[in-house]
Amino acid sequence: MPLPATPGLGFKPEHFDQIMAHTGAVGFYEVHAENYMGAGGAPHMMLERLHDAHAISIHGVGLSIGGSGPLDVDHLKRLRVLIDRYQPESFSEHLAWSSHGAAWLNDLLPMPYTDGSLAVICDHIDQTQEALGRTMLLENPATYVTFADSTWSETEFLTRIARRTGCGLLLDVNNVFVSATNHRTDARAYLDAFPLDLVGEIHLAGHEVEDLPDGPLLIDTHSRPVADPVWALYADVLARTGPLPSLIEWDNDIPAFDVLMAEAARADVVLKGARNVRAA
Amino acid sequence: MSELPDAHALMERRFHAALWSPDTPDGLAEAQANDRRFLVYRNNVQHGLCSALAQRFAVVERLVGADFFVAMARVFAARHPPQTPVMMEWGGEFPEFLEGFPPVATLPYLPDVARLEWLRGRAYHAADAPLADPAALMAGDPSGLRLTLAPSVAAFASQHPAVSIWRMNQPDATPSRPPSGPEYALIGRTATFDVPVLSLAVDQHAVLCGLLAGAPLGHAAANTDPTPILALLLQHGLITAIEGETQ
Repeated sequence: MPLPATPGLGFKPEHFDQIMAHTGAVGFYEVHAENYMGAGGAPHMMLERLHDAHAISIHGVGLSIGGSGPLDVDHLKRLRVLIDRYQPESFSEHLAWSSHGAAWLNDLLPMPYTDGSLAVICDHIDQTQEALGRTMLLENPATYVTFADSTWSETEFLTRIARRTGCGLLLDVNNVFVSATNHRTDARAYLDAFPLDLVGEIHLAGHEVEDLPDGPLLIDTHSRPVADPVWALYADVLARTGPLPSLIEWDNDIPAFDVLMAEAARADVVLKGARNVRAA
Repeated sequence: MSELPDAHALMERRFHAALWSPDTPDGLAEAQANDRRFLVYRNNVQHGLCSALAQRFAVVERLVGADFFVAMARVFAARHPPQTPVMMEWGGEFPEFLEGFPPVATLPYLPDVARLEWLRGRAYHAADAPLADPAALMAGDPSGLRLTLAPSVAAFASQHPAVSIWRMNQPDATPSRPPSGPEYALIGRTATFDVPVLSLAVDQHAVLCGLLAGAPLGHAAANTDPTPILALLLQHGLITAIEGETQ
């Protein structure tokens, strides 16, 4: 079963009781895989009960799938155990790297888009999909720098990866806006070039703004409401694709559950408006 | 695979080195404000690791202050970076690091407070296990029984009043003067997923250590009445198996 084409929320344990008192308030919840890799206790109790009542997306932040070195096979095994246990409706990871040698860096770092890195990441995704026994979604990153070595555009790079490995894509609309603003490119042109037919899930999140002498620097903080220009881009995407599973991500300065529900309700309006769109 | 480092590996190596140095890496496009742009990554990596450590060692952070903790956490993260993306497994070396970190030598109890916090985190994520039927403990002489304790159970001992200091630095605690001398505690996770720190007398701590080592109750409690520790273990649901013959 795929994720439902409804709003979804990033699961926050502090909201567990309210979520269970309002089961079905959103169609799905998303969790970070690495937070559920302990042996037992409250995290697994909550995830089990959450999944009894909702579709679940497991979102990895630890595989370093865009790294130049080999994948961590122990981590692939941990992911397999988690996926076998919970049978989530979706598994996704990032177009990024996050470890160097044995050291884990706890952040999603950018990679150059070259023929060489394309071959490496495609191998990593093949290996991941084989180890997990399922296809995955790959998410476009929010970036602050680009590389002189890059020879592919990000959209072309993602398209090649998806066509070569059979993976789907997770389109983070906030990341599109953040990156386009930071690199002085056009978010709409990015979306025009994005293979929307391969998108299995959408992410929406808030960012913070800093003013640099040459213009704004946007930082993908997941600490605020989704910004208006991001809502506008989201509506543009859905007007082309029809409804897609749409996640509100809010990971820092976490607000009351009602605030997250208001964001989900705003996404729901856009989703309902796109109900009659026939995907191109 | 090619023997020569490709652009991808080379860029990654430069980028990684720059995360822990003041210099922005070569090879970035868009010359404008790259120092500030790259700083976002440096901040994210350093802040991410430091706040993960602060979350795990909240009382240590409170005892040394947030600014000092960040400076210390940076040194720790550079020396002992996480070796896995499972962040709950990171920080086991922190108590020992504190023992050898001269700026905190004036707080001799600090490593033990860190040890206590580490054990609580381990207990929070420990495996689940069904409880034993306590009836076997009530029948006859239990000295031949072997108890299996829940995977969350740990025995804690400090030559300092680390338990009292930990307790006084909980968010809702009222500050008071800590006692002096060694302290002992039992750490375990209850059915409602709380992880209490239960103070023990020294002889009860010895019984707990014996039970954790697999000794029969009569051996673990050779010189003392084990009733207080058994009562605590039963009350908090921390005995998962009772094996052997009553005599």
